[in-house]
Amino acid sequence: MNQEKKLYTLLVYSENIAGILNQISAVFTRRQVNIESMNVSASNINNIHKYTITAWSNEEQIVKITKAIEKKIDVVKADYYTDEQLFIHEVALFKISTPILLETPEVSRTIRKHDARMMEVNPTYSTVLLAGLTEDIVDLFNCLNEFDCILQYTRSGRIAVTRSLEEPISDILHQQEEEGNGDAE
Amino acid sequence: MSKEVITGSEALMRALHNEGVKTIFGYPGGAIMPVFDALYDYTRGETKWFDHVLVRHEQAAAHAAEGYARVSGEVGVCLVTSGPGATNTLTGVADAMMDSTPIVVIAGQVSIGALGSDAFQEVDLVGVAQPITKWAYQIRRPEDIAWAVSQAFYIARSGRPGPVVLDLPKNSQTHTCEWEEAKVSYVRSYNPYPKLDDKAIEQAAKLINEAERPFALVGQGVELGNAHSELLEFLEKADIPAGRTLLGLSALVSDHPLNMGMLGMHGSYAANMKTQECDVLIAIGMRFSDRVTGLPSTYAKQAKIVHLDIDASEIDKNIKTDVAVLGDCKQSLPAITRLLRKNNHKSWIASFKQYADMEDERVIQKDIHPADGPLLMGEVTNVVAEVTKGNAVLVNDVGQNQMISSRYFKFNKKRSIVTSGGFGTMGFGLPAAIGSCFGAPDRTVCCFFGDGGFQMSIQELGTIMEQQTPVKMILLNNNYLGNVRQWQDLMFKGRHSFTDMLNPCYGDIAKGYGIPYDRVTDRNDLRAKIEKMISTEGPYLLECAIKPDEDIVPMTMPGKSVDEMLLELDY
Repeated sequence: MNQEKKLYTLLVYSENIAGILNQISAVFTRRQVNIESMNVSASNINNIHKYTITAWSNEEQIVKITKAIEKKIDVVKADYYTDEQLFIHEVALFKISTPILLETPEVSRTIRKHDARMMEVNPTYSTVLLAGLTEDIVDLFNCLNEFDCILQYTRSGRIAVTRSLEEPISDILHQQEEEGNGDAE
Repeated sequence: MSKEVITGSEALMRALHNEGVKTIFGYPGGAIMPVFDALYDYTRGETKWFDHVLVRHEQAAAHAAEGYARVSGEVGVCLVTSGPGATNTLTGVADAMMDSTPIVVIAGQVSIGALGSDAFQEVDLVGVAQPITKWAYQIRRPEDIAWAVSQAFYIARSGRPGPVVLDLPKNSQTHTCEWEEAKVSYVRSYNPYPKLDDKAIEQAAKLINEAERPFALVGQGVELGNAHSELLEFLEKADIPAGRTLLGLSALVSDHPLNMGMLGMHGSYAANMKTQECDVLIAIGMRFSDRVTGLPSTYAKQAKIVHLDIDASEIDKNIKTDVAVLGDCKQSLPAITRLLRKNNHKSWIASFKQYADMEDERVIQKDIHPADGPLLMGEVTNVVAEVTKGNAVLVNDVGQNQMISSRYFKFNKKRSIVTSGGFGTMGFGLPAAIGSCFGAPDRTVCCFFGDGGFQMSIQELGTIMEQQTPVKMILLNNNYLGNVRQWQDLMFKGRHSFTDMLNPCYGDIAKGYGIPYDRVTDRNDLRAKIEKMISTEGPYLLECAIKPDEDIVPMTMPGKSVDEMLLELDY
């Protein structure tokens, strides 16, 4: 199996019950794998929450992690993906110094060149928003940092949708509801 | 019609009764007092629903529940207080998780208003229990008791069984709710019985049909799936020899001609050696524990591996599989058997004998029929097995006593081995034996332990005294923590760092608890004393003075391949 480390994205769907985040993160902790980013939000399915988690790992390990997460009773489904299989986005907010912004026209040009949006401008600071891929955001950060204008900076975790039509769990939920859990006998 | 309004504690009694609970192993305390007050009425008189067994330590309640579950196939139940009462059960909970044992632990908790305030005897039980449970849930309102209890039992017993912890804050016990019965048999996010994949079944059958040297590994999954007859049909139709894991020992009767012995570090020589010669290895309801595989990178490399398991996360976890058959072996085994050709592997099966004979000559006969010297653990086990004619339940503790009694006991009946396999919990034996007596009241329960493990649960003699639990206790006393002592001799230059033990007078202890006791030092007395123990009604403690430096062989050293198993140790 391929042992090369890659950035994998896990999409996990769970019931909306307290304590699941803990259970999911514990699966990574136990195997000493760092979570690179994590985003949790409601999904379009009632009472189902969606976790988007990124981690550097190899395929053998990520398969085991995915199965161990899916085994949790309140987790409906867990799958892992590489970047090609997903539509991915992140968001970043930059709080920058307004005096530097006004003194240095290059700052405005850099912001426009990166398709970032100016959200707020006041005499002391301005807020800039950029939605895009990690590389775009890091690039803007590096450029602005050269002007020494960044007061605060934050980047969201990755969010992602699959290239399949519906949520990957829609079928599972329909099937489960029709057939029940099955029985031993 | 308006619904009946009852307290949460009363609701808990009804919910447990609805789940068919008969026996509860428990210990009262502040945060569970309202439940114990309700229990008072339901453990006596005309309203008696339950037997409550008052253990002497909450860890023992969990192990007793495990013993109960393992022999009966029912869910074992513990009832304890918050904080230390709850955390004391956690060793048993972790043990149940490792060995797929269905238990439900119900623990008191401070009222929800006090949660997070470091109130007296408060602990974040769900938080600490989550990694070692199949499900852990805090019941924050009395109206949630009916469904949450039913769901707890459903989750504990279905699919791959396991422990469930219910955290019951005091307000949920004392406040009232309208009683509404609940029966949970479906959880949307839970898939306990994966559907059989016809293609995998066909692939497995094809590999097995083409095999010249097939070898089956029988695990506890067969017991849990109640698939004993399905296993026999499978093995007999294709004529496949089988090794059994420690937890799967009674899944196949000991004297079956296809039974090639126990797998693992101290298992049978033939079963281990032949693992490295087979061409198709069929693992049935077992998880390739490191104690079975030895060095995984060299394990059965020559063989195609077929793995039947109910738990998808076990596939490829430790050993890479060629064909995975997901599902309950009660269904997957007959599905494969239908596609199997009637077969004959006479010469392959006969080839096991060469190794079995070597082990018999160099190990077994010396263990069970020694000519002189102090008593050996093997001969004690052998006589107990003979006297009980393979019909008893074997419960053991952890260490040398566990390996020897598991090697030499005989099993004619299913669900007859109760041992701490995955977690290796010293102190497991005695309380698990108490639970086994309640779970299988018609059977003889023989509990083997060493002087170390006995003292980790020795307070349970109090439970035995009070309940007159008929445990036949066989103390293999070598005045050592023998297994660690053996490893110190093998790997730490014989430096016995804190493994020799100064023991109390066990006869005086037994006398204090009013338990019949005898001691055997001379092998000429052994059989008579064991017969007396077995024929005596009620509990009995038989102390055997064992050779202090007896080693367990065969042995695969840690980090070695299973075919590097040693019949003699050289140090």
